Amino acid sequence: MTAIDLKDLTISYSSVPVVHGANFSVADGESFALVGESGSGKSTILKAISGLNDEWTGEIKLFGEKIDPKNRTDISRITQMVFQDPYGSLHPRKTVDTILNEPLAIHGIKDDGTRVLEMLSAVGLDKRYRFRYPHQMSGGQRQRVAIARALMIKPKLLLLDEPTSALDVSVQAEILNLLKKLRKEQNLTFLLVTHDLPVASFLCDRLAVMKGGEIVEIASREQMTKGELKAEYSNELLGVHAQKLGA
Amino acid sequence: MLAYFAKRIGMMVVTLFLIITLTFFLMHAIPGGPFTSEKMLAPEIEEALNAKYGLNDPLWVQYLNYLKGIITLDLGPSFKYPGIRVNDLILDGLPVTAKTGFLALLCVAALGIPLGILAALNQNKWQDTAVMMLATVGVAIPSYVVATVALYIFALQLNLVPTFGLDDWRGYILPVAALSGFWLSFIARLSRSSLLEVLGQDYIVTAKAKGLHPLSILFKHGLRNALIPIVTVLGPVVANLLTGSFVIEQIFALPGIGRHFVLSISNRDYTTIMGITIFYAAFLMVMILIVDILYMLLDPRIKLADRNK
Amino acid sequence: MSEKLLEVQDLRVTFPTHRGDIDVVKGISFDLGRERLAIVGESGSGKSMTGRSILRLIRSPGRVTATKLKFDNIDLLDQSEKQMRALRGARISMVMQDPKYSLNPVLTIGEQIGEALRTHQNLPRKQVHDRVIDMLDQVRINDPDRVAKLYPHEVSGGMGQRIMIAMMLIPEPDLLIADEPTSALDVSVQAQVLDLIDGLIQQKGMGLIIISHDLNLVANYADRVLVMNAGEIVEECDASALKDAQHPYTKGLLAAVPRIDETREELPTLDRSQWDAT
Ligand SMILES: Nc1ncnc2c1ncn2[C@@H]1O[C@H](COP(=O)(O)OP(=O)(O)OP(=O)(O)O)[C@@H](O)[C@H]1O
Ligand SMILES: Nc1ncnc2c1ncn2[C@@H]1O[C@H](COP(=O)(O)OP(=O)(O)O)[C@@H](O)[C@H]1O
Ligand SMILES: [Mg+2]
Ligand SMILES: [Mg+2]
Repeated sequence: MTAIDLKDLTISYSSVPVVHGANFSVADGESFALVGESGSGKSTILKAISGLNDEWTGEIKLFGEKIDPKNRTDISRITQMVFQDPYGSLHPRKTVDTILNEPLAIHGIKDDGTRVLEMLSAVGLDKRYRFRYPHQMSGGQRQRVAIARALMIKPKLLLLDEPTSALDVSVQAEILNLLKKLRKEQNLTFLLVTHDLPVASFLCDRLAVMKGGEIVEIASREQMTKGELKAEYSNELLGVHAQKLGA
Repeated sequence: MLAYFAKRIGMMVVTLFLIITLTFFLMHAIPGGPFTSEKMLAPEIEEALNAKYGLNDPLWVQYLNYLKGIITLDLGPSFKYPGIRVNDLILDGLPVTAKTGFLALLCVAALGIPLGILAALNQNKWQDTAVMMLATVGVAIPSYVVATVALYIFALQLNLVPTFGLDDWRGYILPVAALSGFWLSFIARLSRSSLLEVLGQDYIVTAKAKGLHPLSILFKHGLRNALIPIVTVLGPVVANLLTGSFVIEQIFALPGIGRHFVLSISNRDYTTIMGITIFYAAFLMVMILIVDILYMLLDPRIKLADRNK
Repeated sequence: MSEKLLEVQDLRVTFPTHRGDIDVVKGISFDLGRERLAIVGESGSGKSMTGRSILRLIRSPGRVTATKLKFDNIDLLDQSEKQMRALRGARISMVMQDPKYSLNPVLTIGEQIGEALRTHQNLPRKQVHDRVIDMLDQVRINDPDRVAKLYPHEVSGGMGQRIMIAMMLIPEPDLLIADEPTSALDVSVQAQVLDLIDGLIQQKGMGLIIISHDLNLVANYADRVLVMNAGEIVEECDASALKDAQHPYTKGLLAAVPRIDETREELPTLDRSQWDAT
């Protein structure tokens, strides 16, 4: 089964199209990366899928079900989003416990607190953090909370918008390990936006390369690591990258 | 943009129509006619009056006639004062109410916001403490208490200002102060906390790193942002100044619309009650529209589009 | 390093807390010529505080002390607030981390960049506008005329970073402090933006302090590297020698970077057990 199926997706902000006719599909359980030029529309695609932008034409299918931009059925049970910046995405005056319970409350799920403890331990946070506020935690810990929140209601699909670009390398490594582990354990599907090719390589099976609002290439991880990308822009990305390492 | 305003104004007309309909039928559901007063009129006279004002027509005919009048901006005759129209009563009270209301609003904005700024810029110093103490008192004590006490002290005991009437400018002092006291304090507190929050943001550090003058940082970067939450409460503030004016005009015996309204209730002057209610409702809706426009001008993140509900 | 642009000796940044004063920068010293100096280290190690303290932008109750803090032979600790204002932006400017929060949400991009120029130079409107558009173009923003009219919430993360860089380069400072300037940029745009900064270093003799957690970038781009941990400099080396760094902390950071042909199932991380003590 396909988790995400996009056909001719054109997305606009205030009638100005910024993504032009994107096509790709992601299989259930697959991990797919969107890489490419800054401002090329990667985040915009995630926004359209998650419902934060409804100015689009074309077709979005999630787990076989078509989405109508003007009249959305609630898809937050099957898909959740994790944002780039771990500072802004958590409410500053709510404790971790409140933050984690919110998605349950929204979907009217009754729980005696076991789910919160379960998710805290899944993302490797000690029980002591349960009643802390975001500002009492480091960036990496906050990002763990954001991931835990996204997983509270057991979604099948995670949309990740640069989940580690605000973090230093060591914390990034922790989060990447965590995401890899969780995907295996819970059989999740990932759609990951990143500008970092090695991150895509570590976490993803396939990737789409974007430039100027268009998808210029879809390739497998192997093709990338062997340097066998076809599009000119993909090779520019790879080339600069190799240069950076080679020097 | 235009479509949005057309829609907003269309909605205002519908809302106003509903208010008119509701007040009309509510008024007519109250038992007893306008001419059943304590000093019984002779039945023939009451009958003649009812006929004159069309009160014997079926209700829906009266309703349609009333609507017809409103479309031509005519709120009908007063039931209490023969020969006087509700329009005249409103026009008669308007200058006084508008003047006190406007002065009060001016006080709220022109004193409350600067006081809040003063307090925020001197956080935890004596200026801050003084403003916050005054503001706490202002929020805690109801305006009619302030009014009565002030009237007693300044007018009766000290004779500094007149007890009633607006013959010279000093007559405005107490009513305006009583009317604006609460909201002035409220806005001062809100301005303080809003500005403090904004001044703690990262973009203020950026402005400093650019080498901007502190005044430029305060006005261009600080206040532009801090005003956003203040503007959003101005709508309710205007509404509350209006309803506050009913009480204040009564206490200070000011010949404003509020007083006509209170009188019309005790007189069972139905058309006046309806007329003033409708007039106020229309005024409020216009104010709210203005506040929304201001809000949009101040905050680019607010989208006009209604698709995001 | 012919002449010293910046001299820092025993720089301390202190914050009072309920458990007494805490030094978040613990007496660090370094010099900077007209070169590219990088500061690396994990988050919370005091990199941003070091950068901000040079511009004296630490908010009270935080305090900056040093036995020496000199820029171009001007004693920064001795300057009045007014004198500092003349330096900030014009001669020393700082690219702030996190453009999403460092740009004013109610002013357009063009307005904010133009302001950085107008504050220090008296130029006609038209000329300011032209320079803004040109600067946006130089940081590789497509369609700069359109973007100048946008508000910060309407640009992407990477565009925000480039806008921030444009804003801080437009007054042509002598010293640029760049706090994580390219963390949201793809490699190709990143390379172009760094080339631009490089050009200024070559033409104008600008000095650069680049704060980053991207060790690859630092190794290839900077001249010298300071490695910070918990408010102290634990290692200082030539950038080209970073890969052979000796300090276990630096080695730990290097090992945590994923590679494009990654084969490790799990990336090694630093032992963070000392954090959990709090
Ligand atoms: N709210 C908005 N209103 C108007 N335009 C927007 C808005 N958000 C994004 N855009 C525009 O859409 C385009 C794509 O933005 P998007 O955020 O998808 O880029 P991205 O690929 O995620 O880039 P980055 O890697 O820099 O984050 C950009 O040109 C941007 O200016
Ligand atoms: N206002 C403050 N009060 C107390 N501690 C602070 C304050 N601001 C920053 N710190 C502390 O200073 C240290 C260094 O922060 P910073 O320089 O921002 O780190 P980074 O190396 O990630 O840029 C951190 O431990 C942080 O918690
Ligand atoms: Mg993005
Ligand atoms: Mg920092």
